[in-house]
Amino acid sequence: MGAHTVTAFDEDLQEIEGLVRDMVSLARSMVDEATQSLIVPDSALAQRVVSEDAVMDSLQRRLDDRAITLIGKRQPMAQDLRAIVGAIRMAGDLERIGDLAKNIAKRVDAVGQSTMPRELARSIEDMAELVLEQVQGVIEEYSARSPEGLVRLRDEDELIDVRYTSVFRELLTYMMEDARNITACTHLLFCAKNLERIGDHVTNIAENAYYVLTGEQLPVHRPKQDETGVPVPAA
Amino acid sequence: MNVMSETTLENAVNEKVAAAANERIKMRGEKVGVFYGDKQALFDVDLLVRQNQVTALIGPSGCGKSTFLRCLNRMNDTIDNARVVGKITLDGEDIYDRDIDVVELRSRVGMVFQKPNPFPKSIYDNIAYGPRIHGLARSKADMDAVVESSLKRAGLFNEVKDRLNEPGTGLSGGQQQRLCIARAIAVSPEVILMDEPCSALDPIATARVEELIDELRENYTIVIVTHSMQQAARVSQRTAMFHLGNLVEEGPTEKMFTNPDDKRTQDYITGRFG
Amino acid sequence: MTDIPFDQAGAVDAVAPPRRDIGIQRRYRAERRFRLYGLIAIGIGIFFLAALLFTVVRGGYTAFWQTSINLAVSFDPDVIDADGKRDSDPNVLATANYPLLARNALATKLGIDVDAEGNRAELRLLSGMISQGVRTQLRDMVLADPSIIGTTQNVWVLAAADVDSAHKGQIDLSVPESRRKVKDKQVGWMKTLTADGTMIERFNRGLFTFGASSRPETAGMGVALIGSLYMMLIVLVLALPIGVAASIYLEEFAPKNRWTDLIEVNINNLAAVPSIVFGLLGLAVFVNFAGLPRSASLVGGLVLTLMTLPTIIIATRAALKAVPPSIRSGALGIGASRMQTVFHHVLPLAAPGILTGTIIGLAQALGETAPLLLIGMVAFVADYPATPLDPATALPVQIYMWANEAERAFVERTSGAIIILLLFLAAMNLAAILLRRRFERRW
Repeated sequence: MGAHTVTAFDEDLQEIEGLVRDMVSLARSMVDEATQSLIVPDSALAQRVVSEDAVMDSLQRRLDDRAITLIGKRQPMAQDLRAIVGAIRMAGDLERIGDLAKNIAKRVDAVGQSTMPRELARSIEDMAELVLEQVQGVIEEYSARSPEGLVRLRDEDELIDVRYTSVFRELLTYMMEDARNITACTHLLFCAKNLERIGDHVTNIAENAYYVLTGEQLPVHRPKQDETGVPVPAA
Repeated sequence: MNVMSETTLENAVNEKVAAAANERIKMRGEKVGVFYGDKQALFDVDLLVRQNQVTALIGPSGCGKSTFLRCLNRMNDTIDNARVVGKITLDGEDIYDRDIDVVELRSRVGMVFQKPNPFPKSIYDNIAYGPRIHGLARSKADMDAVVESSLKRAGLFNEVKDRLNEPGTGLSGGQQQRLCIARAIAVSPEVILMDEPCSALDPIATARVEELIDELRENYTIVIVTHSMQQAARVSQRTAMFHLGNLVEEGPTEKMFTNPDDKRTQDYITGRFG
Repeated sequence: MTDIPFDQAGAVDAVAPPRRDIGIQRRYRAERRFRLYGLIAIGIGIFFLAALLFTVVRGGYTAFWQTSINLAVSFDPDVIDADGKRDSDPNVLATANYPLLARNALATKLGIDVDAEGNRAELRLLSGMISQGVRTQLRDMVLADPSIIGTTQNVWVLAAADVDSAHKGQIDLSVPESRRKVKDKQVGWMKTLTADGTMIERFNRGLFTFGASSRPETAGMGVALIGSLYMMLIVLVLALPIGVAASIYLEEFAPKNRWTDLIEVNINNLAAVPSIVFGLLGLAVFVNFAGLPRSASLVGGLVLTLMTLPTIIIATRAALKAVPPSIRSGALGIGASRMQTVFHHVLPLAAPGILTGTIIGLAQALGETAPLLLIGMVAFVADYPATPLDPATALPVQIYMWANEAERAFVERTSGAIIILLLFLAAMNLAAILLRRRFERRW
């Protein structure tokens, strides 16, 4: 892709892209830290996540501001237009990811009082790892401008959903075993749900990135494997 | 040879698309080429102009878009060393056929130019001139009606109704251009060609003309050459991109401005040329 | 807001960088110098023009006045028709001795006895006071109305050229009598007649009506005016349509190729061909080949048409070129044919330019002498040409002919004729300007 005749246009676009990249890496570290603080548990780390959310919000506001100024000033067309609109939408998703990470971090103290079974922590950690991989993957595929990678990434969200279903069943089992676990397990359930939501936002981002790169929308249909709605057979 | 068959294939595909959408083809260019002396300015252009749609021709200066436009009503005939090859049809008839009279053709395919060029006559006479030479009005009352309806369609009537006998050159630039559009409408053409009609106008006058183009689409088929991508995006349903005398890409306007196929189109509309 | 003083508002002026020497003064000096050169050039032009006009007017204004004598002429039947045969022989009235009647009337006026023998020399001097033109003047009166024979009529007769010059003070009377044409006696009579108002200067109508004559007082430009008028009409009728048609074809219809280029170059060259060559051409083609009469205004008109055509074609083409192409495409774009485009739009816009070019071409033709000399228009023509086929002269040729005469009275007539020609030219140029103003339209 050649440079614009107006070089300031390129600089503006690069600034917006830089902001998106900053938001993605911030989102990634927030999710990472939030799950770490949950598993260890570490309430100081959790506090940090909560404070980082404010940074995320300000980044999003700055990006919106820059993007609107650029549209007003330069009337971008074709891939430039898609890049700007995509950036705004991605920023929205990233901001939501930040919120969800903060929500996980806020539950750290509530969960930390009870002792979490080793296996349970393992499954949540696995799920968090999957989510982190997705977040990382979306940055990489977008930077590599690989629509195929983005499609694959979107399909991989299924794995998170599958994992979420199993975590859900596991938590149900714990709660049935011992009623004292219910509080912690409910919090953990919310955390797992948040991780699953983060996965969904990553999927959104992948779809947006795909549109930015190709100019085409991915078909609405996608495999949905959330089976938590299915009645659970009595264990 | 290879390129030729490819573009013709494209035309065939476009025809299928148009047929599927139940669109009528008003004008059809097949392998249109234009030579100025020995220099070829336009190469094998295949383009469909759909009825009651606005087709925008865009591209950098000297890309052949105006040249192509001027082929559509044979204005290139007035240039001495210009030669047109290929075939252009209007309602399926070859307009470069011997049987087609160029004067009649131009009464069916009118033209509006870059610079407003009202005749140095009264506003009334500017409009009445075309109907008069073609004998389209039987009486003075007929003519008054033609003038009034043309001015109304061009959205100019209310501004000039009290001064129809004043010179058309005394109007503002935007009014002059709408007067020229009214003048073109007055002979009831089927197609109106516009060669950068807003390039000499201020933004408000431009907006008026664009609004007018959108209204005119109901009754006429419009082909417009424009340098403003935003304008093409606003007024047209189909956009054709020219570059160095070639038709690079043609398609629905929304697609052209969000996701063009050709790299040259992309570079041109995003401002990455040269 | 308002109570903050302006100088304390806080904004600070930018600091001006040090001035650079970019030669402002030098440039202004050069400009002033250039303007001065221009003024000098214009001054020289105006000086020469003024000198020319001054000389011509000073030498020529007197030509418009002619000394005349009011005489009570008695149409004596004994002088006119001594034998009483005027009813049978019409020649009698035509050949009678009319100057004698005038001389006698003058003698009576001055109290000189006509019949006394000793007065013969005086009587001859008296005859010399009156123009020979009196013969035709009185004859025409009698022929028009024979009943005036036997009556006495008050008639204004022209004074002879020498007396006229003397009366206008153009003859130095201090020269010894033997060396001048006007004798002392004549001077005395002149003074007497002037004193009692019988001899006065009247407006010289004859200058505009008389034909050629060897006597200055009866020489006029009538024939030349009619000849020039015929020629201008012929030039207008031929050159304008031919020139405009040729220009329209070349400019609007002809393909631009080597042939039209060649024609264009040749038309431009034709405009630069010396006019005398056109005279030779006219002589060879119109007079010798086509057999048209010499000295006729028709031939003159044809020659001048040839000469004027390139001027008109060049002016018309320039005027057509100046019509913006957008007007043409506008008309073509709504389906006007090429001819409709030209006649409805282009030609009306080019009309002022074409008219100006035509009038300038006509003015040029009006002042042209050389080609007319060659086709024999430099003839002595006393009678009015009834048709363009009759011999005639032209204004500039008349000037040329008078300029060759020696007499003092012809000198003033030459200048007078120049004044008239200049007035015609000025009038035509004025017409060109007015037409331009009138028809010029904005686009």
